[in-house]
Amino acid sequence: MAEKFDVIVVGAGPAGTSCAYTLAKAGVNVLLLERGEYPGSKNVMGGVLYRKMMEDIIPGFYKEAPVERPIVEQRFMMLDKESALTFSYKGLEWGREPYNNFTVLRAKFDQWFADQAVRQGALLVNETVVLECIVEDGRVVGVRTDRPDGDVYADVVVLADGVNSLLAKSLGFHKEFRPDEVALAVMEVLKLDKKTIEDRFNLEADQGCTIEIFGDATKGILGTAWLYTNKDSLNIGVGTMLSGLIKHKLKPYELLEYVKQHPLIRPYIQGSEQQEYLAHLIPEGGYRSMPKIVGSGVLVVGDAAQLVNAIHREGSNMAMTSGVLAAEAILAAKEAGDFSEKALDSYRVNLMNSFVGQDLQKYKDATHHFEKFPHYFEEYIPLLTRAASQMFTVDGSSKWDKQKKIWRDLGSPGKKFKIARDIYNAWKVMK
Amino acid sequence: MLHIVACIKQVPDTKVIKMNPKTNTMDRSSAPAILNPYDAHAVEEAVRLKKRYGGTVSVLTMGPPPAVKAIKKCIEIGADEGYMITDRAFAGADTLATSYALTKALEKISAIKPIDLIICGKMTIDGDTGQVGPGIARRLDIPPLTSVKKVVEINRERGYALIHRKLEDGYEVVQSALPCLLSVEKEINEVPYSPLPNMIRAARYQPTIWSVDDLEGVDRSQLGLKGSPTIVAKVWPPEKPKGGEMLEGEPAEQVARLMDILLAKRELFRVKGVER
Repeated sequence: MAEKFDVIVVGAGPAGTSCAYTLAKAGVNVLLLERGEYPGSKNVMGGVLYRKMMEDIIPGFYKEAPVERPIVEQRFMMLDKESALTFSYKGLEWGREPYNNFTVLRAKFDQWFADQAVRQGALLVNETVVLECIVEDGRVVGVRTDRPDGDVYADVVVLADGVNSLLAKSLGFHKEFRPDEVALAVMEVLKLDKKTIEDRFNLEADQGCTIEIFGDATKGILGTAWLYTNKDSLNIGVGTMLSGLIKHKLKPYELLEYVKQHPLIRPYIQGSEQQEYLAHLIPEGGYRSMPKIVGSGVLVVGDAAQLVNAIHREGSNMAMTSGVLAAEAILAAKEAGDFSEKALDSYRVNLMNSFVGQDLQKYKDATHHFEKFPHYFEEYIPLLTRAASQMFTVDGSSKWDKQKKIWRDLGSPGKKFKIARDIYNAWKVMK
Repeated sequence: MLHIVACIKQVPDTKVIKMNPKTNTMDRSSAPAILNPYDAHAVEEAVRLKKRYGGTVSVLTMGPPPAVKAIKKCIEIGADEGYMITDRAFAGADTLATSYALTKALEKISAIKPIDLIICGKMTIDGDTGQVGPGIARRLDIPPLTSVKKVVEINRERGYALIHRKLEDGYEVVQSALPCLLSVEKEINEVPYSPLPNMIRAARYQPTIWSVDDLEGVDRSQLGLKGSPTIVAKVWPPEKPKGGEMLEGEPAEQVARLMDILLAKRELFRVKGVER
């Protein structure tokens, strides 16, 4: 006779573990299934973990969790072939409690987080793949795994199976995602001496820095590259929309190699040793790509629900919040003894009213807009770096002359009008 | 009903481990801890025998607290109970001290439920000695049967085990009195993908944990570093074979050249049924 739990959570990433933790803490009998050898073994992100949402779940987590460095500086680099315009904010208030965010290595962090859920009483089973949801009378009543005697039942199944959720797809919650709804990120962890990192990035001991790189790093395709500091390693990666890679016939690892060899990036990583290579899809379709996230006896959270804010590189925090909100909806449903779609719908309502839903709505057109008009990256970034070079190169011509030249370089009146229109449109999708 | 005990160990995965270039010792922190692969076969064999004859499978390990994970792995394979002895007093043990500590724990398990058969893996992948199994058998004064590649029969009523021992050229059929100790080869079985109910049971399972104080009549001078007469005088990496000939050029050219060389040195090969 197959066992029945109150809740089965599929996937021990930030969303699934947050959900399982919250449920277990409330005394719910929860089974957390993970396909990897251990939680985190198959999970990838650029490396920034936001403090707030994690702390909503485990106050003061950073005192025990394996975090790498608190970030005190965030740089944004608009990169051309051999020039860059960089904007940065450094604030030492981020270097002390309550902190803003941390770099983490997912293989370590996710394992720790799942351990905390286990301590609360969640049952974690690794190396087990869920093949499908068991549906009876239009209601999800359990899951079928790839193991012998692999059926297991529950009142509610939470799908936290990540981007391209095959389980949500097989329930008809979404279609196969299009290449312009997902980004492909590739990343390397580069081992580098602690002291060298601190010198190169102008950091005190145990402070961290993140650099987001736009423009030439992605050869003009919509996307970003990043370079983050861990304790004694760097995360360097590049993520671009899948559609862009297909259109430009680029291979992702070639793009990463290009970033690593870029004359403005190379000095940061010189002398480091490649430790890991990771690749993953990121759901970046935003609000318009969100699937159905509530069904009878089933909820969808995290990447599986396309909860990523590509503009602000947020995802794991949204995943955590969705996991907690799902757990709360389940607790309420349990109280009422009703696990129908209607009873669980409070999850969707609360999610859309939270910062997660609000931010997704705010940027609902952003990715699609920049995807459609690649000249923001291809043309305007070089235009900016050229203007900066013009203005700051001392060559005997007056600053008025320089301004005139920069203005002339923008092109014909028609061209200038187009730029103005593009700036307005960009503001419109971002406001 | 048989009571079979498998002795197991958590080891660093030597497939990925890094060596300290100065001391030539293993950097244990550089590799994930796994159940010693030979021991997985030992547990699997115990589980198969349980299915065949009925009974109970217990596993026993000595190690630091995280070794609970290795016991859970055995529960996944199908073991019923797990026992762990953990204490600072056991630290630094060589094979002599390890077999002494495990024997004391086996005596305690036997007092709870008499043991009919003990199964060990052939050796651990971190120590490679294969001495602990026979060491336990000697201390318990039961027959040690090493290099076991097949268990033909366990007959509890008539008190014997019939097994095949692997030899360099063939195998040996041995009948032994029970209880006895088997240390098994990898080829004895294949460890299948564990069923989900076992996985769930393992996730819940908490083994019985004993410290040195729980072992009755233990002679502390025979434990841990104190009880270990082994001296590691020197450790060095195996020498890489020197010489040889590197082939260069296109793959097709390399293959042609290699074939010429192999044909010229055909005395190196014994090919059945081919007359030259």
